Amino acid sequence: MASTPIDPTGPSRLFSLTRRTAGVLVSLAFTFLGLLFVTFIIARVVPIDPVLAILGDRATDAQIAAERLRLGLDEPLWKQFGIYVWQAVQGDLGTSIRTKQPVISEIAQYFPATLELATLATIFGVLLGVPAGVLAATKPGSWADQLVRLVGLMGYSMPVFWLGLMGLLLFYGVLGWVGGPGRLDAAFDMMFEFEVTQHTGMILLDTALAGRWDMFANAISHIILPAGILGYLSMAYISRMTRSFMMNELGQEYITTARVKGMPERRVIWVHAMKNVMVPLITVVALSYAFLLEGAVLTETIFGWPGLGSYITDALLVGDMPSVLGGTVVVGVAYIGLNMLSDVLYRLVDPRAR
Amino acid sequence: MAELAAWLRDPSPKSRLQARLGQGYMGWLRFRRNPLAMIGLLIVMLLLVVAALAPVLAPHDPITQDLRMRLLPPLTEGHILGTDDFGRDILSRLIMGSRITLFIIAMVAVTAPLFGMLVGTVAGYFGGLVDEVLMRLTDIFLAFPKLILALALVAVLGPGMENAVLAIALTSWPPYARVARAETLTVRNSDYIAAVRLQGAGAGRIILGHVMPMCLPSVIIRVTLDMAGVILIAAGLGFLGLGVQPPMPEWGAMISAGRKYLFEQWWVATMPGLAIFIVSLGFNLLGDGLRDVLDPRNSGK
Amino acid sequence: MTLLSVQNLRVSFDTEAGLVEAVRGVSFSLGRERLGIVGESGSGKTQTGRAVLRLIRPPGRIEADRMDFDGQNLMTASEREMRALRGRRIAMVMQDPKYSLNPVMKVGAQLMEGLRQRDRLGRAEAHAKAVAALDAVQIRDPERVMEAYPHELSGGMGQRVMIAMMLIPDPDLLIADEPTSALDVTVQAEVLSILDGLVRTRGMGLIFISHDLRLVARFCDRVLVMFKGRVVEELAARDLMQARHPYTQGLLNCLPRIGGPRVPLPALDRNAEWAR
Repeated sequence: MASTPIDPTGPSRLFSLTRRTAGVLVSLAFTFLGLLFVTFIIARVVPIDPVLAILGDRATDAQIAAERLRLGLDEPLWKQFGIYVWQAVQGDLGTSIRTKQPVISEIAQYFPATLELATLATIFGVLLGVPAGVLAATKPGSWADQLVRLVGLMGYSMPVFWLGLMGLLLFYGVLGWVGGPGRLDAAFDMMFEFEVTQHTGMILLDTALAGRWDMFANAISHIILPAGILGYLSMAYISRMTRSFMMNELGQEYITTARVKGMPERRVIWVHAMKNVMVPLITVVALSYAFLLEGAVLTETIFGWPGLGSYITDALLVGDMPSVLGGTVVVGVAYIGLNMLSDVLYRLVDPRAR
Repeated sequence: MAELAAWLRDPSPKSRLQARLGQGYMGWLRFRRNPLAMIGLLIVMLLLVVAALAPVLAPHDPITQDLRMRLLPPLTEGHILGTDDFGRDILSRLIMGSRITLFIIAMVAVTAPLFGMLVGTVAGYFGGLVDEVLMRLTDIFLAFPKLILALALVAVLGPGMENAVLAIALTSWPPYARVARAETLTVRNSDYIAAVRLQGAGAGRIILGHVMPMCLPSVIIRVTLDMAGVILIAAGLGFLGLGVQPPMPEWGAMISAGRKYLFEQWWVATMPGLAIFIVSLGFNLLGDGLRDVLDPRNSGK
Repeated sequence: MTLLSVQNLRVSFDTEAGLVEAVRGVSFSLGRERLGIVGESGSGKTQTGRAVLRLIRPPGRIEADRMDFDGQNLMTASEREMRALRGRRIAMVMQDPKYSLNPVMKVGAQLMEGLRQRDRLGRAEAHAKAVAALDAVQIRDPERVMEAYPHELSGGMGQRVMIAMMLIPDPDLLIADEPTSALDVTVQAEVLSILDGLVRTRGMGLIFISHDLRLVARFCDRVLVMFKGRVVEELAARDLMQARHPYTQGLLNCLPRIGGPRVPLPALDRNAEWAR
């Protein structure tokens, strides 16, 4: 170390980076395989006979045998699993029993609504949670700290579907400040279907791109409540984590260095400490995003939001297992994807991890 | 009393017991100074008392229907929290429902940490391939969104209380495995484990008798913190009609039943939600306070 | 001319376990000279240094009958006035560059920060000054170091960066808190001689905080010996061998000497009476 003041950079660093990335990819592939294995097992032990579910009770023996052959149910289990994985990798998650449509194309229709909701909620969560956590960390033990703590713990303790109902009751039923269930008023629903090109499937983006600001405003009035409620949960998590990370950083010696240099407290906190807080916070935000995809399952049923959550719960109630499991796989894949994304961002922010 | 306190605070304890109790006492002093944590403790104690005395406390039968009395608002004579759509007293149903909630919590709190600890200690103790395989398995379960996996499991197993418990337990063991493994790695190579091994104890004895007890404290904190989450998932399953079945007074299912009357008879859905909120807030406050006491790094001052 | 004068300085922390008094009535004054403060860990020497910059955070509290820097009362100065003093007129070098440099900021950005934010210099000018500062601490490849992150530097290199950063605005007083304790023995002497040279040529006051009495005596004009938050002895560095206080003698004798007799080193005598 003493002879080389600067660690050698260049090829060895590049090598270690590729090796680490490869390691991450392999472990992700394993996790994906495990995900499919679990859903496969669940699908096999379902008491619902997939053949009867598709053909109905009055099918002839010949029809049943043909269908079994088509579904590959006569093959040994390991081979069935192999086929399942192969199809899943190609995007084939089976056929919905309810609608006889491919599960993947149905999910493609439902997913943007969930994505829009979860994204907006995460934006709320970060914009409110990070300053709240920083405020609490800079004044530990103060009333502001206690308040942030209590508001955060309350968010951890509320059943999200109940919070949704209460929100609807107050802001829609009593005060009339927001639009009710659904993504748009009924009057706009048809118009959106026929007059707006759906580039993204996300209503705010599509209406804005089409310049239909009347519709955009209406969509805002509908999304604000569910996104606000999910955003509150996200804020609860992010503010608590930010507080603990920030407390940790503010105790570090480099903070003293910045103060010795005469930097104002604002800069010490928001530049020096924040740059370090960002590193673990990225993982937290990714986690909370994933957690919102899940929270959406219960919220969407309350708000009649046509997203993945509604899709899964509706399918569940009629025993449409391919749809349920397909939805589970997609959410699982989103989890894995977010994990990978946070890993990449983490490396970008922290020079020591490169 | 003062003598006892002095004995507990003795800076140079004469015995191990005194040192232990003294530590506990100091922890309690610190815990007691945190008003939020004390509120949490109070709520959890209250839940235990209410569940234990439920049949005595409930003013009405929680199951018997009386359609003449349906949808009475709160503060009606004899029905402080009002009645539901079948004319049942909501307060009585909440009181009886506390038993269901407590039962689910207790079942999950016993099974999931035990299984997680078993996986974690075995992985940590043996290391190598065993560790690799078990931890990979844990990661896979962690990659699943909890609620959705529980939903899929209950969909397969069929609705009901036992299956709900099973599904929640199956989705909540991985964090305990992680914690237990980390603890195991720190004690695995310690001298006293080597001593036990030299006395001829097998791996099973060592893990059960000497490694697992070391993991207990950190796992217990984790369990307290997770209980609120268990309550919420159980309520979520009940809300979707996949948990405890009517007419049993499960709080989540009660909210679901009140949904139809949300805008006219708001109390039917509101009251059980408040009960869930208060109880899980109690567990969260308690767990948070416990962590502050037991993990000095987190205490602000 | 007196640069800094401190009278009856007290630093206390209100903790769970009761009130902890880290510094209990320390008085000294300093011109453009080099003052050493010596003591074991926990003797209050670090807190004394930080109290001068008013860098004790709550729950810590600073009290003093008097604490003046160049005619300005540090006890009554506003936070804004303190900020103007910190960095520009009083600077501090801390123990371990591994912790005292921000791990996720480039060295160059940290060097230029004071110039850009505090002195409102342009980018090019700040850059030139930062490079010159690195040159002054004998860093051969300043441009490359500017682009490096702290973890890419060795300990000695990091500490030189730290010194460069603190000396950029040409302060009147430098507080060096164990500036070489975390470094390899081989680079300690090098870093010390750089520090010494810069302090001499620029004629600034120096408070050198260390646990190593002999080292301090070599670098300083005067030495304060601290024990449990109090000054037990103050003496000129050249009179060190005539130290009268038993604690100071203890500190002197607990170091092995090359060529000295091979007997077990004496344990340091810590008499609670001295701290009264």
